[in-house]
Amino acid sequence: MSTPMRWNPEASSADRVITMAQAIREALAEEMRRDPRVFIIGEDVAEAGTPFKVLKGLVEEFGPQRVIDAPISEAGFTGIAVGAAMTGMRPVVDIMFGDFLTLAMDQIVNQAAKVHYMSGGKWKVPMVIRATMGAGLRKAAQHSQSLHAWFAHIPGLKVAIPATPYDAKGLLKTAIRDNNPVLFFEHKAMYNLRGHVPVEEYTIPFGVADIKREGQDLTIVAVGRMVHVALEAAERLSELGLEVEVVDPRTLVPLDCETLVQSAKKTGRVIVVDEGYQRYGVTAEIAAVIAEGAFYYLDRPVIRIGALDVPIPFSPPLEDLTVPSVERVMEAAKTLCLRREP
Amino acid sequence: MLSPNPQAHSKLSERATADVERWLRMYRQMLRIRRFEEKVNELYMSARMPGLAHLYIGQEAVAVGVCEALRPDDYITSTHRGHGHCLAKGASMDQMFAELLGKAPGYNRGKGGSMHIADPDTGNLGANAIVAGAVGIATGAALSARMRGTDQVVVCFFGEGALGQGVLYEVMNMAALWKLPVIYVCENNLYTEYTPYQEVLAGEILDRPRAFGIPAEAVDGQDVREVYEVAAHLIQRARSGEGPAFLLCQTYRYYGHHVGDIDRSYYRSREEEEFWKVERDPIRLLGAWLLREGLIDEGALETIDREVRAEVEAALAFALSAPYPDPDEVIQHVYADEVEP
Repeated sequence: MSTPMRWNPEASSADRVITMAQAIREALAEEMRRDPRVFIIGEDVAEAGTPFKVLKGLVEEFGPQRVIDAPISEAGFTGIAVGAAMTGMRPVVDIMFGDFLTLAMDQIVNQAAKVHYMSGGKWKVPMVIRATMGAGLRKAAQHSQSLHAWFAHIPGLKVAIPATPYDAKGLLKTAIRDNNPVLFFEHKAMYNLRGHVPVEEYTIPFGVADIKREGQDLTIVAVGRMVHVALEAAERLSELGLEVEVVDPRTLVPLDCETLVQSAKKTGRVIVVDEGYQRYGVTAEIAAVIAEGAFYYLDRPVIRIGALDVPIPFSPPLEDLTVPSVERVMEAAKTLCLRREP
Repeated sequence: MLSPNPQAHSKLSERATADVERWLRMYRQMLRIRRFEEKVNELYMSARMPGLAHLYIGQEAVAVGVCEALRPDDYITSTHRGHGHCLAKGASMDQMFAELLGKAPGYNRGKGGSMHIADPDTGNLGANAIVAGAVGIATGAALSARMRGTDQVVVCFFGEGALGQGVLYEVMNMAALWKLPVIYVCENNLYTEYTPYQEVLAGEILDRPRAFGIPAEAVDGQDVREVYEVAAHLIQRARSGEGPAFLLCQTYRYYGHHVGDIDRSYYRSREEEEFWKVERDPIRLLGAWLLREGLIDEGALETIDREVRAEVEAALAFALSAPYPDPDEVIQHVYADEVEP
């Protein structure tokens, strides 16, 4: 992942290569400069800049009144953000490890998600909850989960998962300007991922999937870090003569069903890859969307590849078995596309 | 409006007219809550109201005494037992009834119901059906008031049952750390749903906020004048930047946990209920005091009651004849418009 990625369509002469962490920090800083209502609250967000150093430098520019170090009270400060959002502010909550979202579930699911509807549209909750996700860093079962599907299940929430620095910056700016609670998931193994990001201002609308690679033979729908697994598999499969299309939904809610279905109709073969659990997960929903929209165009049943349905183990060789890999994706692709050897 | 008892003119002149007006306003507000909820109970018992309702009757002095000390632009959060808070903060009965009946002109287009009345126009951030569910919202509104540079104050109403929820202590810690303008008003009505509170609560209630350095006071929640005076002091203190406070109001719930909780003999006695209704009723206590002080006569109190009953009848008639929401409303308001207009 050290090579800068070049697939952003708006690459310009003012383009430069930055990391995912820098892209996220830029989005936050730009929105905080633009809108005095935006503030950050979470654990170790100020001087520490989070353990991942994503927020480094923000407290120096915006001060401790707008980059607020909270106690280790996820429910408390997420609830405080809901109240602040309802009364004229635009908080960005930092959840250090996505696993800790469980502690704030009532605030997110019963409060933030429902306030607008229950009030008949009278109150709004314009807030963003940034949370890390993802396995592979040897952090064991309580620091490695990818729980984004839970939130995609709840009406009233939006869910964005960027796969590149370009997407991260554009989607986060949109999230902050959105008048609804948005869950924004950042894969902790991707903060040092480098990619092209224009110097000029831009945003990326929600609900618009991005075709990260075009192809005719097979569609791989992939989310977050799995986009890179899919791209790597696509690269290797092209050596076998298979042209793979990689589609990144970028937001799970709203979901760009149209683009997913169009790609499935074009290729007739689909794999869905996600780092969340496979059972009742994102891969299930997207496979269903494709089955409903492109059933008669499919040559084979859609193949789903999610995380193994086990708590994430610590031991490195075991942990690696739980996350979808390039090898598993290639195996699935061969099952779908290649004739069996006699 | 009301004319004071002419014989009491000399006594009246000793008191500021504003005070008398305030007591009469609080009397009327308590009676509005009482008569509104008696009608709610009647509607439920005659199967004319869907769902369920948690009646506030008996606790009126808390909502009224506290809200009397608030400004219209101050905020409150409320609970599943929230009709009293909403009315005391300025809600109108017609939209309340309409909401309780699931009708389109209800405060929340019928989508919230009894446990979720919310109204920006009266600073009501919402009643909340999760016990302690709104303590974060209230504390966040207080943080927001400070960040926006206003001197608004937030009152967070909850019952003693909420003392069992951890999130309350998380937000009290932050309110104390950051000196936020929020008043935590705990209404101890003695029963955590169907369980005497002593069975599920260790130690002293006031020790809990005091552990965070939050000033905490207890008042007789049946005495609206005492509630008002102490609340006004704590609210003024918060408004001037001195931080949060905790107000414990000792009170009593006349009815069950909800309208369907009829047989209460396994958790409390009829005698106990009668004692509170006869000896400790907040409306009677204030009425008797007003008469004793010669500030008003019986006739005037009867007039208030007649006017309130008429208001209830008119509001209910409005709600009963109001339409239900259109079917296409079901998918509206899931999401707000994406960006600021």
